[in-house]
Amino acid sequence: MSEKSEKTPVAEVETTGHRWDGIEELNTPLPRWWLWTFYATIFWGLVYVVAYPAVPFKESSSKGFLGWSTRANLAKELKHQTKKYAHLDQILITTDLGKLLNDRELVQYALARGSSVFISHCSQCHGAGAGGAFGYPNLLDDDWLWGGSIENIAYTINHGIRNTTDPDSQISEMPAFDQTLKHDEIVTLAQYVISLAKLENAGEKTPENELFLENCSGCHSENATGDETLGAPDLTDAIWLYGSDIVSVKKTISSGRYGVMPAWGQRLSPADLRSVSVYVHGLGGGE
Amino acid sequence: MSLLLKHRILEKSPTLLLICSLLVVSIGGIVEIAPLFWLENTIEKVEGVRPYSPLELTGRDIYVREGCYVCHSQMIRPMRDEIERYGHYSLAAESMYDHPFQWGSKRTGPDLARVGGRYSNRWHVDHMQDPQSVVPESIMPKYAFLLLKRIDADHIRDLLATHRLVGVPYTDAQLEYAVADFYDQANPDANINGLLARYPGASVGNFDGQGKLTEMDALIAYLQVLGTMVDFSTFTPDDSR
Repeated sequence: MSEKSEKTPVAEVETTGHRWDGIEELNTPLPRWWLWTFYATIFWGLVYVVAYPAVPFKESSSKGFLGWSTRANLAKELKHQTKKYAHLDQILITTDLGKLLNDRELVQYALARGSSVFISHCSQCHGAGAGGAFGYPNLLDDDWLWGGSIENIAYTINHGIRNTTDPDSQISEMPAFDQTLKHDEIVTLAQYVISLAKLENAGEKTPENELFLENCSGCHSENATGDETLGAPDLTDAIWLYGSDIVSVKKTISSGRYGVMPAWGQRLSPADLRSVSVYVHGLGGGE
Repeated sequence: MSLLLKHRILEKSPTLLLICSLLVVSIGGIVEIAPLFWLENTIEKVEGVRPYSPLELTGRDIYVREGCYVCHSQMIRPMRDEIERYGHYSLAAESMYDHPFQWGSKRTGPDLARVGGRYSNRWHVDHMQDPQSVVPESIMPKYAFLLLKRIDADHIRDLLATHRLVGVPYTDAQLEYAVADFYDQANPDANINGLLARYPGASVGNFDGQGKLTEMDALIAYLQVLGTMVDFSTFTPDDSR
């Protein structure tokens, strides 16, 4: 067998002329399909340079005969999109907020639009399902810090809460009572506040706690039901933003708590703001 | 064919081959790099972009150190879905004082180019301590240790001076007050008029809610300024860019 395995003569193919120790190098031409693909890519490269912006000059780049531009395309797309819903947006932003909820078609549109605004901008704090988290209010219940009417919700979303960027933002700061009250007073107060939420119909009774009346009733009202104009929570319900155990409540009283919400009026379009207001209002607790 | 045969001269002389290869490669380099030195259209002229305040710059270093750019980009592309989620597309001017820039190339987490002002300081603390406590589906690791690591202004002036060396236009006054500005930005009781005059729009306050000044303060100060500097009313888009 081995005697027969000789090199096949390839006399038709040119050699490179190189010869080392009797070994010659064939100069086999590249496959035609490969070569033509190669030429085609070079040609396409040239076409591309002429067709699209490519060569950088001092003031701007070459334009390319197709006139393609990322920013112009974007502007066109945005314009198209705005135009598509312009009639609905126009009604959405001009209708009186209260009357808006009566327009079924408009509400449907606002809910669809508002839900995507909510997911992109609100869900990080209030949760994707709007259930909130420790320190971030649940938007599904009917307990509202700053009011649950559509007007109040829209105002809060527009101007935010306790932020420094919008002069019209909702503002109130619960004082830290560790300077004015003794430790055992804080403990008594905490126990009392916790008991308020567990009492039946607590809101109807007048709390007979002097500490509470002296220090807390100014904002949380005398019957502890809170005050929405001050963002003071109702202490008689079972909803607790910062925990209802004694340690949490003690901390709340002694150091104060205040959440901050950005002013979305500075970031979102009027139609987006109205849509997300309708959405939040419709989550379950809207008044 | 005779021209192709001349190629043999190159193939047979390594030195000549080396010299000619260098020549060819440098033509490519010159074409790509040289225009950058005389182009006038790369950075748009917009109002508002300023150098980072000392605390923001410190936070930026922490951002780089922790490799935030590995998962978060800072580059909003001019596409509808991106600008609806993140805001106006990024401009070159917005990262002109970044050395190095933090554009990133991968988004495991969301883009952060306009995260400034989007969340409260408290949210950032909660989120950095335990991301899943506020965003349950998040896969971001915890950075709670930032709350424990104190920072001081020992080298802040040098840091600013170094950035000035590479072209960030820090003024002499900014250098002079670097240490004071560093502490004042995270101190709600400080007189911040000077700080705000030197660094307009800087976010001020006790960022991490603790008495001490920590890396968390610096990082949040940096995050809160991201994307907030440009006054977009002064920006006219130019289609040729």
